Amino acid sequence: MKILITNGRVMDPRSNTDGRLDVLIEGTKIRGLYPEGGGPEADRVIDASGCIVIPGLVDMHTHLREPGFEYKETIKSGTMAAVKGGFTTVCCMPNTNPVNDTMAVTRFIIEKALKEGCCAVYPIGAITKGLKGEELAELEMLARTGCIAFSDDGRPVTDSLIMRRALEYSKIFNMPVISHCEDLKLSEGGVMNEGFVSTIVGLKGIPNAAEDIMVARDLLLADLTGGRLHIAHVSTEGAVELIRNAKHRGVKVTAETCPHYFTLTDESLVSYDTNFKVNPPVRGVKDVEAVRRGLKDGTIDAIATDHAPHHVDDKNVEFDRAAFGISGLETAFSLGLRLVAEGILDLMQLIRKMTVIPSEIMKINSGVLSEGADADIAVINMHKKYRVDSSAFLSKGRNTPFDRWTLEGVVEKTISRGKVYEWD
Amino acid sequence: MFRSKDLLGIKELTSEEIYHILDTAAGFKDVLRRDIKKVPPLRGKTVANLFFEPSTRTRTSFELAAKRLSADVVNFSVPASSVIKGETLKDTALTIQALGADFVVIRHSSAGVPHFLSRIENISVINAGDGANEHPTQALLDLFTIQSHKGKFRGLTAAIVGDVTHSRVARSDIYALTKLGANVRIICPPTLVPAEIGKLGVEIFDSMEKGLRKVDVIMMLRLQLERQGKGFFPSLEEYFNLYGLTAERLKLAKDDAIVMHPGPMNRGVEIATDVADGPRSVILEQVTNGLAVRMAVLYLLAGVKK
Amino acid sequence: MRKEIFDANDIKRAVKRMAYEIIEKNKGVDNLCLVGIQKGGVILAGRLAEQLQSIEDRLIDVGALDITFYRDDLNTKEEQPVVKRTEIPCSINNKTVVLVDDVLFTGRSIRAAMDALIDFGRPAYIQLAVLIDRGHRELPIRPDYVGKNIPTSFNDLIEVSLEEKNGGRDRVVLVTGERG
Repeated sequence: MKILITNGRVMDPRSNTDGRLDVLIEGTKIRGLYPEGGGPEADRVIDASGCIVIPGLVDMHTHLREPGFEYKETIKSGTMAAVKGGFTTVCCMPNTNPVNDTMAVTRFIIEKALKEGCCAVYPIGAITKGLKGEELAELEMLARTGCIAFSDDGRPVTDSLIMRRALEYSKIFNMPVISHCEDLKLSEGGVMNEGFVSTIVGLKGIPNAAEDIMVARDLLLADLTGGRLHIAHVSTEGAVELIRNAKHRGVKVTAETCPHYFTLTDESLVSYDTNFKVNPPVRGVKDVEAVRRGLKDGTIDAIATDHAPHHVDDKNVEFDRAAFGISGLETAFSLGLRLVAEGILDLMQLIRKMTVIPSEIMKINSGVLSEGADADIAVINMHKKYRVDSSAFLSKGRNTPFDRWTLEGVVEKTISRGKVYEWD
Repeated sequence: MFRSKDLLGIKELTSEEIYHILDTAAGFKDVLRRDIKKVPPLRGKTVANLFFEPSTRTRTSFELAAKRLSADVVNFSVPASSVIKGETLKDTALTIQALGADFVVIRHSSAGVPHFLSRIENISVINAGDGANEHPTQALLDLFTIQSHKGKFRGLTAAIVGDVTHSRVARSDIYALTKLGANVRIICPPTLVPAEIGKLGVEIFDSMEKGLRKVDVIMMLRLQLERQGKGFFPSLEEYFNLYGLTAERLKLAKDDAIVMHPGPMNRGVEIATDVADGPRSVILEQVTNGLAVRMAVLYLLAGVKK
Repeated sequence: MRKEIFDANDIKRAVKRMAYEIIEKNKGVDNLCLVGIQKGGVILAGRLAEQLQSIEDRLIDVGALDITFYRDDLNTKEEQPVVKRTEIPCSINNKTVVLVDDVLFTGRSIRAAMDALIDFGRPAYIQLAVLIDRGHRELPIRPDYVGKNIPTSFNDLIEVSLEEKNGGRDRVVLVTGERG
């Protein structure tokens, strides 16, 4: 089957393509790009008038919850949410039950994704067995089975020696070690950012230092070992500064942040809305500005969602008891577009940070729109406005702080391996 | 004048509303002096006392206040164990609704729980203490007590002494006193100063000797004994040496300074017995005033159109 | 439309006449106590007491009663209740208490006042003195002493101005069609 996408603005950051082109898809591959109106006959023509036609987005930090927490999300529902948000590749974190620290779990995820998933799913293996931070998981077996990176995300590797060993050992596979940076003693009991707002709402705060200390430690260990370090969900001014300095020194480090860290401040917490509860917490104005500067100057390489879906029963409770996390796949690109509107990133930079850069960090082939590449494409009406309606999310997790926000950028169609997904 | 159906905190009140509550409380204080201490305005109304933290004092005070107003009272003391068993806050809210209560008086160890319950329509929620957020009726009774001794707030200096970080009483008192024009100092070890509290317009002291000088009001906070061994201070003895209110230290304050405490006191930990029982102590008056203030709050909320 | 229906002299004469009626009905002022209802009634009770004292040449107990806590319209009124002071200077047990109010209308205030009064003791008799009776009773309540009966329609408003209350001169004004 041949599909021709016409009348759109085609943008591909890898090749720096930005122009009015037709895209021909045949089967699961992109067959070719043609001058507008010059594309050949096809079985189906998609009119992309007013839209950008870009590589399917790549989320390097997703929680799909399966196996073990299917009531929060499944590989099926999570990937449905992904394609709804324009993503065609997601990398899923290992904090499932059982933890993805064995070949069996990795294989389960891959097979399940092939059978039920709507898009490419790459598992991330655990750094340590059971995410306990005590002994390394069998990284080689995980890598061989299909894991593309290692992380204990959700918790830090508190033991510096274990972290050192992980960074050293992972060099065999040239795979990144993704660090969730948190000093658990400093953050103990904390449920939001520590600052003036935590004082006036009377909730226990998590200081910036809880993140900064671990970022600093991991950067020193990356320097020491020459391992590939990736810092997950950067939220503080200090972390941005530390990463910037490390990059100047030549440390092999990459970093991601998430839409909520460049969009929200802790001021939102005065309503005690548990949908704002996320770890690391949304921070102060200075941090948001620093994260934005970090995105602009490249200190922060990528934008990930940290999609963390939860059941309503995990959120509709006391703030202290509510689960951390935001269901992020279905709003991420629109929130990114706000950075473009504010002049912090240009559109190509935004797309780059959500496609080819995460692909390069993860050493996968996704995030490219060129002849011969997988037919993973998002068709997005950039200027069309919509109101976020969490009840209409395809993710099982309706836990978004952006409910009822008016955003721009409607994903009209997502093509995943040649299959067209579209919604009313 | 009173706009909200709920009393969630002092933060949300205007100074005009605070004065209105205090004036109304004065009327109820008169009622409490009579032989028949009961008036009928809440006849037929039901007040549900929902205490997720043990507190005999506040619960009893609310219970009596409601009864003096002729309301019916139901007490739910919810031990932490039943929360662990999985009764969720949502179920609690639904239960209250089904019982047809008109008021919910809620005490909970987690900040924001009263706000959660306030989403229920047609029920007035009164915050009787939520985590380290607020304890508005305590602050109101403190104001009432100060007013009856000092006659005003503007120009007064009050020192709040103790574990400010974990104290909802301290926060409510700070909001209340600063709204009415008093100067507020906090005196506590630097380990117990909440982040950026200076932005609320309070002066911060780490020494009693400096902080108590020439104050009109001393408000002692209860030290939760469980804080021991958490690294906030090395021992109770050292805490008392640095921050205990002794007769000697009381001399630093103005001659007519009053000493307050929300109770229950830890004698010999935050306050010396001779000070607690001394002539400057108004601690028992606070208890009586608490009743009048809580009657006023229930009464005024009953008058808000829902 | 505003119309003055009582001027300062009318009020003075009415108070004087009511004082005589009180004495006549109770055969003197023994065992008598006046209680004014906040706020206009308190002022009138004071004036009545002055009259009684000058006629009978002896002191009369005068109290003030705030009925806010006894009202039956807490939930239905637009404005918030403002509590005023209640002062009952003597025991009212076995006394003849004359409740004093400025305007008698539906009777609900008097009902509340009687409830409030009974919480202070057990009077032998409760009598009622009002400056203006404008009709439209909703309860079986009847005044013992009336300054003036004024027929009104339900939506009219009666304004009683008293020197002690608003600093202006004494007068009663009928405003037609002003009640919501």
